Amino acid sequence: MKALRNFMNKIKPHFQQGGKFSKLESVFDGMETFLFTPNTTSRSGVHIHDSNDMKRTMITVVVALLPCLLFAMYNIGYQHFRAIGMPEASFVQMFIFGLLAMLPVIVVSYVVGLGIEFIGAQIHHKEIQEGFLVTGILIPLIVPINTPLWMTAVATAFAVIFAKEIFGGTGMNIFNVALITRAFLFFSYPAEMSGDKAFVMTDSAFGYGAGTVADGFSGATPLGEVATNVGDTLNLSTSTLDAFIGLIPGSPGETSMIAILIGAAILLITGIASWRVMLSVFAGGLSMGTIANVFATPTYPASMLDPLAQLCFGGFAFAAVFMATDPVTGARTKIGQYIYGFLIGVFAILIRVYNGGYPEGAMLAVLLMNAFAPLIDYCVVQVNINRRLKRAKAK
Amino acid sequence: MALIKIKRGFDLNLKGKITQEEVTMAHLSQDYAVVPDDFTGIIPRMEKKEGDTVAAGEAIYHDKNDEKIKVTSPVSGIVKNVVRGDRRKIMAIVIEPDGNHDNYKTFDTKENPKVLLLESGLWPMLRQRPYDIVPNSAVRPRDIFITAFDSAPLAPSLQLVLGEDKKYITKAIEVLSTMTDGKVYLGFPTHYIIDNTGAEVNIFDGPHPAGNAGVQVAQIKPVNKGEVVWTLDIVTAARIGKLFETGKVDYSTTIAVTGSGVKVPRYLRATMGCRLQALLQDNLIDDDNKPKRIISGNVLTGVKENIDGYLHSPYRHVTVINEVNKKDEFMGWASLSPKKYSIYRDFTSWILGGRHKEVDLDAKLNGGERAIVMSGEYDQMLPMDIYAEFLIKAIIAFDIDKMEQLGIYEVAPEDFALAEYADTSKLELQRIVREGLDKMRAEMA
Repeated sequence: MKALRNFMNKIKPHFQQGGKFSKLESVFDGMETFLFTPNTTSRSGVHIHDSNDMKRTMITVVVALLPCLLFAMYNIGYQHFRAIGMPEASFVQMFIFGLLAMLPVIVVSYVVGLGIEFIGAQIHHKEIQEGFLVTGILIPLIVPINTPLWMTAVATAFAVIFAKEIFGGTGMNIFNVALITRAFLFFSYPAEMSGDKAFVMTDSAFGYGAGTVADGFSGATPLGEVATNVGDTLNLSTSTLDAFIGLIPGSPGETSMIAILIGAAILLITGIASWRVMLSVFAGGLSMGTIANVFATPTYPASMLDPLAQLCFGGFAFAAVFMATDPVTGARTKIGQYIYGFLIGVFAILIRVYNGGYPEGAMLAVLLMNAFAPLIDYCVVQVNINRRLKRAKAK
Repeated sequence: MALIKIKRGFDLNLKGKITQEEVTMAHLSQDYAVVPDDFTGIIPRMEKKEGDTVAAGEAIYHDKNDEKIKVTSPVSGIVKNVVRGDRRKIMAIVIEPDGNHDNYKTFDTKENPKVLLLESGLWPMLRQRPYDIVPNSAVRPRDIFITAFDSAPLAPSLQLVLGEDKKYITKAIEVLSTMTDGKVYLGFPTHYIIDNTGAEVNIFDGPHPAGNAGVQVAQIKPVNKGEVVWTLDIVTAARIGKLFETGKVDYSTTIAVTGSGVKVPRYLRATMGCRLQALLQDNLIDDDNKPKRIISGNVLTGVKENIDGYLHSPYRHVTVINEVNKKDEFMGWASLSPKKYSIYRDFTSWILGGRHKEVDLDAKLNGGERAIVMSGEYDQMLPMDIYAEFLIKAIIAFDIDKMEQLGIYEVAPEDFALAEYADTSKLELQRIVREGLDKMRAEMA
């Protein structure tokens, strides 16, 4: 490490003001603080600081996403080989295929997003913010695997610039950046974003796993099947248990409840995510799912799903664990977090069941509640303010 | 008497605690200093010039806006130097002692209590809320709150600092009671209590900042807009009692010298405003690879000083820690080592109960300053009915109405010190609150 430190010290002057590469000052600073905990000590205020910083916090979230990412790679391969009529392909083959399929998306997401962050940091002569570390991994997990890379690139650029940078960067954004990426794709390129073709990769990945699609194959997601269901009973090819395990078509990260729950456990044990939000999203979803189920009608086929299936299908669980718990865009007061989470759960199922246009409502529910989070907090804080005013009057 | 449980907050278990209760005499200080910045809210106007002689207890300056508030010399001697900083701001008044212990200014204890308090120079050792400043002499406080313990990391036991002087507490309460129409409250920790003083006694059970007077006020009877309360610690109260019994101000003090940077943490007896050299001589751990940070006060609210500096108000604590324990730590943010200390669970130390184990913390920031991202972190460290994060944001935006509504009158920078330690975003919360209070005060004047 000594050699690396010496090397960094040697090249540092080039990146400082007046140096050859002074335009890359923020990038260098980002690299340096990434490699070595800065030796800067406190100047004012407290003389000691906790070890926890934004890098640690963000990387913990990335770690929590790894089970989903790894499972997604396996499942993409699994679905692919099933689609081309080779379900006997080995685990390794499936995983390698998924890895090759996802790698370009991850690279595009990070290169575009971090690139914009770096430029933004340099323009403002600020340190690089770590927020995109998480967003960059969330995007490949929620964008359907067949989305053309250029679309992902455009959507990521749009989201980072218009949902984050113009508000002031990490910590200032109103809407969840990853979900804005998905929403941008969803509304700009609806044809590529839904239906049976979006979620299962039938092409080869870099020439690996080539084959022709087997007859009678359908890449429909469970919720896609539900939405097009006709009749008094649901005819699904997927059971709730299948959805719990996750070997079903869907956006890469969302399919496996098991992987999501491992991630949830990491977030809750480390105390990074708010258990209040997470719990209340599930409570909200369960409540609305039950209500819909009690008043089940063939007009809205999704109302015939039992409430537990509602939680396991689609992006609901993924949104509850990784999207709703984003502290920046969510409610920040404790009481507010209960309300915020519960309403996300309710709206996700409400949209899913009663809006024929959208088979899945989790993304829209989170974005909607992002907009309402400040209002919820405002009301909660107002109670505190009123209590203070009343106290002052009572004297 | 009521027992008040406090849940929020945290007791940092730092290395360098005092193990023996014996109090030894400090080395002789070559000179003493009064630092005007210690007495927030007072703009000094000198009464003595360089070269003038002063008796112990004689005023050396008064407040520019209120002549009655006087700051006095802790020793008898000559005003050696008035140290000035930018724009001729007075940084310190250095007094060279003449060793004459009989040159003591005495006061008439029959005098009106308020006048005597102002004349004696003990007045600036009180604080008022709102604004956390030396009290305005024209305003009668609603209540007076005395904290009997210091819960900050490595802080001295105020019971020990108080020592024999606890006999003056009853007198102090009697005097202070005449200055308020409300009550005088005494807040004790669970392990000791002085009863029958005439004050309303409460016992606080919980982690730091339970010993902060402001936290106690918030738990008992919060400050409302338009109200003023005074806060002080029990040692200052004893000094007030002693003044009214004997006619003299006692400038001697017991100081806890603590921290991982001293060889033997111990209690020393010295005079207010002495040089830190006199307290740390032969006791600093000598290690050229690890420069030391000398703090007059505790690690959360103290003032950074060098060895030639002086002891600051409240004159009872010195902490020495390493500036940097481990240089150039490779990817420290990714550490899985249980030795890496954090109060949060995303480091591994908590699994083995490391959060409450003794730890040697250095002065590193451990990260860069960021926008506020994590929610609820400040609330967890502030046992008040206040939305800390919203208040901080209102202060940054300088939204006067919001600041008022969210309770700025109830807080002092020290209340946010623990949150500042714990902040993932590494914001300078105490500075933000101090600036907010100052601007607010200017706006309301």
